[in-house]
Amino acid sequence: MSRVHVTCTINGDPAEFLCDGGQTLLDALRDEAGLTGAKEGCGTGDCGACSIVMDGRLLCSCLVLAPEAEGTTISTVEGMASGDDLHPLQQCFLEGAALQCGVCTPGFLVAAKALLDRNPDPTETEIRYGLAGNLCRCTGYDKIVRAVQTAAQTINETTES
Amino acid sequence: MTVTEPKPRYKYVGTRPVRHDGLEKVTGRARFAADLNMSGQLHGIVVRSPHAHARITSIDTSQAEAMPGVKAVITGDDFPAVEPGHRQYDMCVNVIARDKVFYEGHAVAAVAASTRDQAQAAAAAVKVEYEVLPAVLTIDQALAQDAPVLHAHMMTAGANPPAEEPSNISNITRFSSGTDMDAGFAEADLVIEREFTTQPVHQGYIEPHACVADTGQDGHTTIWCSSQGHFNVRSSTATLLGWENTRIRVIPAEIGGGFGGKTTVYLEPLAVALSAKAGRPVKMVMTRDEVFRATGPAPGTKLRIKLGVQSDGSLVAGDAYLIYTNGAYAGPGGLLGAMTVFESYKIEHFNIEALDVVINTARSAAYRAPAAPLTAFAMETMLDEIATELGIDAMELRLKNAVTEGDPSTMGFPFARIGFVECLEAVRGHPHFTAPLGPNQGRGLAAGYWFNIGESSSATVNLNEDGTATVVTGSPDIGGSRASMALMAAEELGIDPHDIRPVVGDTEAVGFTDTTEGSRATFATGMAVVEACRKMVAELRGRAAKMMGADVDDVDWVDGQAVYTGSDGTKDPLSVAAICAKAKRTGGPLTATGSLEAHGAGPGFAVHLCDVEVDQETGVVRVVRYTASQDAGTAIHPSYVEGQIQGGVAQGVGWALNEEYIYDSDGVMENPSFLDYRVPVASDLPMIDAIIVEVPNPAHPYGVRGVGETGIVPPIPAVANAIYNATGCRIRDLPMSPIRVLEAITANGGSNGS
Repeated sequence: MSRVHVTCTINGDPAEFLCDGGQTLLDALRDEAGLTGAKEGCGTGDCGACSIVMDGRLLCSCLVLAPEAEGTTISTVEGMASGDDLHPLQQCFLEGAALQCGVCTPGFLVAAKALLDRNPDPTETEIRYGLAGNLCRCTGYDKIVRAVQTAAQTINETTES
Repeated sequence: MTVTEPKPRYKYVGTRPVRHDGLEKVTGRARFAADLNMSGQLHGIVVRSPHAHARITSIDTSQAEAMPGVKAVITGDDFPAVEPGHRQYDMCVNVIARDKVFYEGHAVAAVAASTRDQAQAAAAAVKVEYEVLPAVLTIDQALAQDAPVLHAHMMTAGANPPAEEPSNISNITRFSSGTDMDAGFAEADLVIEREFTTQPVHQGYIEPHACVADTGQDGHTTIWCSSQGHFNVRSSTATLLGWENTRIRVIPAEIGGGFGGKTTVYLEPLAVALSAKAGRPVKMVMTRDEVFRATGPAPGTKLRIKLGVQSDGSLVAGDAYLIYTNGAYAGPGGLLGAMTVFESYKIEHFNIEALDVVINTARSAAYRAPAAPLTAFAMETMLDEIATELGIDAMELRLKNAVTEGDPSTMGFPFARIGFVECLEAVRGHPHFTAPLGPNQGRGLAAGYWFNIGESSSATVNLNEDGTATVVTGSPDIGGSRASMALMAAEELGIDPHDIRPVVGDTEAVGFTDTTEGSRATFATGMAVVEACRKMVAELRGRAAKMMGADVDDVDWVDGQAVYTGSDGTKDPLSVAAICAKAKRTGGPLTATGSLEAHGAGPGFAVHLCDVEVDQETGVVRVVRYTASQDAGTAIHPSYVEGQIQGGVAQGVGWALNEEYIYDSDGVMENPSFLDYRVPVASDLPMIDAIIVEVPNPAHPYGVRGVGETGIVPPIPAVANAIYNATGCRIRDLPMSPIRVLEAITANGGSNGS
């Protein structure tokens, strides 16, 4: 079977890769594009460790076929920081000890950014439901929710000033 | 935070710096095992048994070997024969089956091919013929008179009189006070006896097992893997292959959660054997389905406990009969249950008998305070019943019976300084304890205990030319321990934690270190770091004395500087950087090591308070408030101590309410995905208020007690007691899922029917 050529934009840069028709976008990002920030925790869309944003939609890249990425714009955890400046979510996760093993962290950061992009001032409940598609087995979510709260505050203060 | 004793003032210990490995983990750059790829790498896939119990009559690999891209196929025949009685027999035959398979998912062969698709196709083409045997799937089936015996060599260890026939009981553990039990119960004003059942649960780490092995033509191999103990990976792989340890180097990748489940090997020996056969690096990554079917679970249990108590609440007698299933092979569940069941309370007369039983399910692995959450479920819900029955406050009942320093443990040795009472008092003093409850809400109190362990650890401290330091240890960092190592080294050396690089060294870069288990890393490996740093400080004083032209006895180490204290005038203090800069002239590189067998791991106690709200129409239980106190001895990095407590609570709540292995009548797991095996998500939990109690452990230079495990012990009974207080229903079977809670409410005559 011949490989499929895919052209898209990843983290602001033009990208292209060859993939198999049945390959998941997660595998293509990791194995073809060399971006291993998104993780496979389940392969069935239940854990959120492979979260990415494609054309503005938060989704599990293990549930997307790689050829579907043709012509799309994709954001992954690798694109969150601008140069040396971490995104406020990344900074708040670090300072708030919102990670232990760190394997779910890329997915949480991508999902949390998607949440704040559409709801800049979420309540605790909105954060908890907004991140309910992401599993963390280490933290009990307490410090993750607090880090998102702090990041939202930081972003809003920066925007206002 | 509750500080119960005046503690020394530390400059760095007890602060909350950003962890050293954090940046890599928030930017996606951290390299977990599945993120590694080697030049020329093949992909390995395991062929697994579809049957829970079967004899392998033949394996034909010829068709698979002829398929496109296939470079190697292995079976049990590719490994040295291993006989019962071998020290690691169970581990060896669990990694790859020989003549029999003992659970659905048991590995029987493995294939390496150029692509994963090719390997999968070839794995499906390996022809395995089975003679299916009757499967033993429950404790009752395993103990039935006519039960099929899984292992013909299994003569019950600890049986008295000694076993003459093989059975499914691998081990019997007995502990007793040596006193007259009948007389003990005769002293009681109230005697209650209860039975509990629980199902196997999985550790649920988000990262599936993964490794890459690269075996060269010289017969040496390098393994990159996700493991809690890379030295154990080395020795286990060497044992399975019949190799010397020196042929195997294991490099720890970042590990995406373990909780005890990554303290053994599954893939690594297969990857090495495939790599040796193919002459190429081989990468193996489990699917989540494989993780559920073939790794993990914590034991299921049947527990029966009888307690005798006097009318003033004093416990006087306890009789426990504990049965743990460790899956298909012998395991320590019952032993650990016996060691923990009565440990938290003063009970003069006790008798404990614990059975470890084998059944045709995956071989159990350690899971955070193994066995203890289940004995706590039984004991702590029974204490609540007793409190209700006697009209004594649940907190007062525990305070009255709690063990304190000097009290004998189940094993007979006296407790050193422990913080159980302090944990109880911390919860009693918390606003949550007296906060009002809403409709359909109930509050549950429960305590928990874990003994923690020491074991072997090694550390090397290297001072760099610019005065910064590298601290190399052999403990994989599964939850922030690198930050703890850096903080203790910073305190000893007197330099900023961020001028220290904590590194997890591979098996050839640091001295032998036992697995990160038993809450031992910050305790035991921390002791090795402190030992190395103290040797380093002695060396630095000597070097400084040379530079000053002074006697070393006249040089002290104060706040990161060598300070002259002699009477021969004044001399400028010398910083670490100043001494490092002159190292070549004063004796060469500055390196020190610490290696030790750590003793005195202080036991950890925890006390939890949980509020639930129960939907009386659906049986859904929602945890609405949670407070957890735990004795950390000394919290080196409080944020990560809180994180351990909060993580333990979340896992315990999942265990209490949702999690269980479900098998069909043939022993095939029916819920091997995160969709059907539901672990708590953010919207299932409230904030978890962690109270760190600090009663220093006298055996550790900074007073550290392990904190990783104890936090999972109290949640199950805390939830169960809260459900009782919300509904009047005592539930003694896990999980307390909506259907079970609803059944209990219905049987009880509707809401608050008691």
